[in-house]
Amino acid sequence: MTSTVHIDVHHLTRVEGHGNIVVNVTDGAIEKCEWQVPEAPRFFESMVRGRHYSEVARITSRICGICAVGHTLASVKATEDALGIEISAQSRKLREVLKHAENADSHVLHAYILVAPDLAGAPSVFPLVETMPDVVARALRLKRLCHEWGSLIGGRTTHPTTVVPGGMAEVPTVKQLAELKEKLLAAVPDLEATVETVAALAPNIPAFDRPTEYIGLSDDENYGLYDGLIQSVLPDGTKQRYPVADYRLVTNEFVVPQSTAKYTKNKLSSYAAGALARFNNNYDMLVPEAKRAAEALGLQPICTNPYMNTVAQVVEVVHSVYDSLRLIDELLDAGVRLEPLVQPTKHGRGIQSVEVPRGILFHEYDYDAAGICQGGNCIIPTNQNHNNIQHDFDVLVPELLAADTGEKEMELALEMLVRAYDPCISCSTHHLDVTFVR
Amino acid sequence: MSKPKVAFFDFACCEGCQIEMTNYGAEPFLELLEHVDIVEFREAMSEKTTEPIDIAFIEGSFTREADRERLMEIRKRARVVIAYGQCACTGGINALKNHQPDYKQFVYGTDSDLPHLDSKKAYGVDHVIKVDYYAYGCPVNKYEVLQIVSHLLHGKEPVIPNYPVCVECKRRETVCRFDEGDHCMGMLARAGCDAPCPAAGIPCEACRGFVDEPNLAAFEKVLVERAGFTPQRAAEKGRMFTANALEAS
Repeated sequence: MTSTVHIDVHHLTRVEGHGNIVVNVTDGAIEKCEWQVPEAPRFFESMVRGRHYSEVARITSRICGICAVGHTLASVKATEDALGIEISAQSRKLREVLKHAENADSHVLHAYILVAPDLAGAPSVFPLVETMPDVVARALRLKRLCHEWGSLIGGRTTHPTTVVPGGMAEVPTVKQLAELKEKLLAAVPDLEATVETVAALAPNIPAFDRPTEYIGLSDDENYGLYDGLIQSVLPDGTKQRYPVADYRLVTNEFVVPQSTAKYTKNKLSSYAAGALARFNNNYDMLVPEAKRAAEALGLQPICTNPYMNTVAQVVEVVHSVYDSLRLIDELLDAGVRLEPLVQPTKHGRGIQSVEVPRGILFHEYDYDAAGICQGGNCIIPTNQNHNNIQHDFDVLVPELLAADTGEKEMELALEMLVRAYDPCISCSTHHLDVTFVR
Repeated sequence: MSKPKVAFFDFACCEGCQIEMTNYGAEPFLELLEHVDIVEFREAMSEKTTEPIDIAFIEGSFTREADRERLMEIRKRARVVIAYGQCACTGGINALKNHQPDYKQFVYGTDSDLPHLDSKKAYGVDHVIKVDYYAYGCPVNKYEVLQIVSHLLHGKEPVIPNYPVCVECKRRETVCRFDEGDHCMGMLARAGCDAPCPAAGIPCEACRGFVDEPNLAAFEKVLVERAGFTPQRAAEKGRMFTANALEAS
């Protein structure tokens, strides 16, 4: 058994934002084993006070550069909820295609650029330009496709412009949508090759199981990305649904000293959000092509290995491409026209949720009669995962010590575990308890 | 001759400008790698260096004293420093809290005095170190970034627009937001983005900051007279991505 370990990873690489891993083991005794979040706080919930409802999503989009689409959608949906706005079926479909684009975009980035180097034994994607040129070119090609896919609907992918309270400020033409369909169909060989590459690297994914609670949006008709109810599934398969408006009863935030982000828990000591949590909750709602990809990758619900989150992301990329093809066909059949924005019918408080690549996201705002924001609250998926990562550490470190794992190998195993969650740390330091001014 | 060494560093921000680097597609990005060596980029690579750097891209705002030393260390190692994105250029959206005396208490309540929650007003990184060039925008215009790098590699001075977004709307023949019954900040906003927002039917929010010497008094007058803003909302409008410019005026 390994008896002395000192791991001090300052500002973990290949994750969004800043996190540290500290493990101290002396004479077999674990003195410290921490996932720390030192990210600079940015105070978004304070910034939205006094801003007009049309400006709020443009501010809160800036919480995250990777899930900017999801923050924009959650923000605009919450504002629409507060102001009594019902958007059209066309607007909803366009937003669903945009949501799929973001999910695929972020997952491609994570699986290829952030995780694959670990599985291929490289410090980053750059050495792979020489050793695996086809894979790197495919990654950049898919990333660009997702960027074009999202930009056609959202105006751009980093801080989208077209999604506004009341609908869509701009819509693509039928011709542009038909071209997008062709591009997505042309990418199918790259998708299949992605599944093959990940299946080939999968034996390098660590075997580690820690059953936990999995929370995600769930819906009777869809996989639950753009909309749904909060759903929890326990390792024994027990499911429970909650209205989105009750999100505070599910998240139960609390403050810990090693983190600028708060922690959360529900039924167990911690819970997980993200692709694996969605997969475990919503497997039945995946399109057949995505189920086939899951089978090829050896992923089945309920999977309790957190490292498999990346594999679940690849399954979701396949789902997002095929479900978008369905939505695009429906849009093409109906024809697409620029619709006037739906205007507010009331004012007050609104709470809404979407699934962003890293898991379930909640936005809440309060508006006065002039449409001016009085306060907000955002609970971000990574911040819901910090506590689960810490609990994984608490089980994994003793297991690794017992297995005689060396310090360097242990450091890599912990780094890979954090990366598997695809943490979006800049996001996670913005939630808070808010006192609403009435 | 060895290729110029390029590195990326991040401070308080959303890191979306770094993400823009991955959106060029295979051919442009691989071609870029033929001309520069990316030696440090924490979000994408584990490799690190203590060697001198030819071009340092710094993303994010200066918001806490703990970051001062890291900024000065980067400046010492870098031949050229580029403020990368609006947070690094002027403080960007992070400065929207600067005029609020209670932002910490509002967000963290009774926990707000914990030392690790330290945050001061947000500034561009030139509050601490000398910046050689500015890549404006929230997010950056990724093609402008290529232009800046290309100019530097050729030993030329990058050209950054210092005229308002209105010029680009006229060039695109976009109908003015005010003529559509909306408002807009394009008259004060620094161009260089090709004005995508008004063309998509939404107002410019000046995410690239202001042109030099913006006439804020005239801007507020226009918002009140042509867009029907209350004087208070007109005065607040200028804070969106440009709060520090408003404080300085």
